[in-house]
Amino acid sequence: MMLDTERNKHYNEYLQNKIPKTKPWPTLFHAFWVGGTICLLGEIIKDLLMFWFNDMTVDEAGVWELVILIVLASLLTGIGVYDKLGAYAGAGSIVPITGFSNSITSPALEFRREGIIFGLCAKMFVISGPVIVLGIVASIIAGIIHIII
Amino acid sequence: MNRQGKSTLVFNSKPRVIGNYSVVGPKEGRGNFAQYFDRILEDDTLGQPTYEKAECKLLELCIDGAISNAKLKPSQIDCMVAGDLMNQITSSSFAARSLNIPYLGVFGACSTMAESLMVGATLIDGKYANNVVCATVSHFSSAEKQFRYPLELGTQRPPTSQWTTTGSGATVLAQNSSGVAITSATIGKVADWNVTDVNNMGGAMAPAAFETLWQHLNDLSIEPDYYDLILTGDLGKLGSEVLIDLMENKGVHLGANYSDCGQMMFKNTQKVFMGASGCGCGASVLNSYVLQRLKNRTLKRVLFIATGALLSPLTCQQGESIPCIAHAVVLKGENYV
Amino acid sequence: MFDAILYLKVFLVGGFVCMLGQVLIITTKMTSARILVTFLTLGVILEIFNVFEPIKEFCASGITVPIIGFGYSLARGAIQGYETFGALGIFTGGLQAVAAGIAAAVVSAFIVSLIFKSKTKR
Repeated sequence: MMLDTERNKHYNEYLQNKIPKTKPWPTLFHAFWVGGTICLLGEIIKDLLMFWFNDMTVDEAGVWELVILIVLASLLTGIGVYDKLGAYAGAGSIVPITGFSNSITSPALEFRREGIIFGLCAKMFVISGPVIVLGIVASIIAGIIHIII
Repeated sequence: MNRQGKSTLVFNSKPRVIGNYSVVGPKEGRGNFAQYFDRILEDDTLGQPTYEKAECKLLELCIDGAISNAKLKPSQIDCMVAGDLMNQITSSSFAARSLNIPYLGVFGACSTMAESLMVGATLIDGKYANNVVCATVSHFSSAEKQFRYPLELGTQRPPTSQWTTTGSGATVLAQNSSGVAITSATIGKVADWNVTDVNNMGGAMAPAAFETLWQHLNDLSIEPDYYDLILTGDLGKLGSEVLIDLMENKGVHLGANYSDCGQMMFKNTQKVFMGASGCGCGASVLNSYVLQRLKNRTLKRVLFIATGALLSPLTCQQGESIPCIAHAVVLKGENYV
Repeated sequence: MFDAILYLKVFLVGGFVCMLGQVLIITTKMTSARILVTFLTLGVILEIFNVFEPIKEFCASGITVPIIGFGYSLARGAIQGYETFGALGIFTGGLQAVAAGIAAAVVSAFIVSLIFKSKTKR
């Protein structure tokens, strides 16, 4: 196969310049305020939990906080709201734990029609699988580094 | 030989368009061509449980519409030539199953409409068929599932992205003495200028459109102004600007007679960035706006160039660049054949 | 509890972290899975160098709600697991620490998918 590498290189450079430059500031601001609000919502949930349940420790409340955010995000994904939030906020709704929940629920919903076993269950981790795999690997490496130093 | 130049087929018997039909989804129905489409769906699931089934149903509706528009019965159609974007072109094959017509499945990604018209016209010109229906379909939701992300995943679409058209177009060609004719067609070569960005289909496909257009003009020894309208399928805003630049580099000026279905499909307010894409984009515009204008003689000669990106999610993940193809079909109004 | 200054810190730090993610998206065209993995790894690294705890002291949910906190919990769990159970704890600790989060995500995704359908975009 003959490929004109020189031409392709020129073309790709030309194409890069041709791509319209979008202003980054609006999206950065959207990500900032939505992300900040989700974190703030989490903190308020944690405080409310500790306010209602006197015997709850900060660590327990912290775990409940994440669980509640995860379930909320999953529900919002189900009713078709989270993707609109994502289109507006970008990383503002991907980086918080709610984005992790969205990345598990959305493929499960999408592939539900291929059946519960081979669709919903099998495809659930299509997007977030790497997070769990690399998370576990990295945690074990962290443990080993901890032993060494 | 019925061929001119390197790769342009000349159809001496002039296969005619005797029926055409277009069906689009609700979003397309609010776009720039709303008044031209034959049918605009209110519900893009068409009452089907899956989007794949909906896509198949969409194609069936469109083919049925085109056949009745031609005042024929399905049993009078000698061959159906169709394709789509799904794996193993299931939508077309499943539609063929229920229509019970001899069937040729073609795959040219978003260039399918031009490819199917070309195959259909060849069948008729070679006297292998009297009536052929050529069709294609695409559906936003099934394409997203296959090529991008789940619908409910919260991500931003990059600024160079395009919106897959929910729509279908079908044309019935026949050996006939009147009507819009298909006079020639240019078979495209696969062009790969090493673009790897799957979110910039227009940029990847523009070289294919350029090579086919260049070949076509050379084969027939004509200038672009021979046509009232040179219409590319789904290059989008960026891709069509690139095509104009590429032609300009060769010293050929594409003027006001050039436009792109993808760029024109949606209104600026519809948040689709570079415009529309998908096989349904070119197909629905060709079978509504373009054919109507050819019939009412506001257009004389049209060059329809549908472009397609021949990639799969797998090849992208393996880091392959995007091979693209474009096929060109010439449609002429009754009095200009 | 209900500390307005802390809330402000949570909002600002949380927002800043997400904005960093957006900078990555704009400059590198990263997809959401890569963003998640990058920030998760960042959390693990912060914990290895013992800097996560001080940040958490400062802004609480501002750093634990972003996926960085998930990475921190995994690493922290593995390290604490080693302290309590020895070498085996490295393997069990990480997952134990994030078990609630993963289980909640899986179960809610399962139930939600049985109830709802994905919708067409307009």
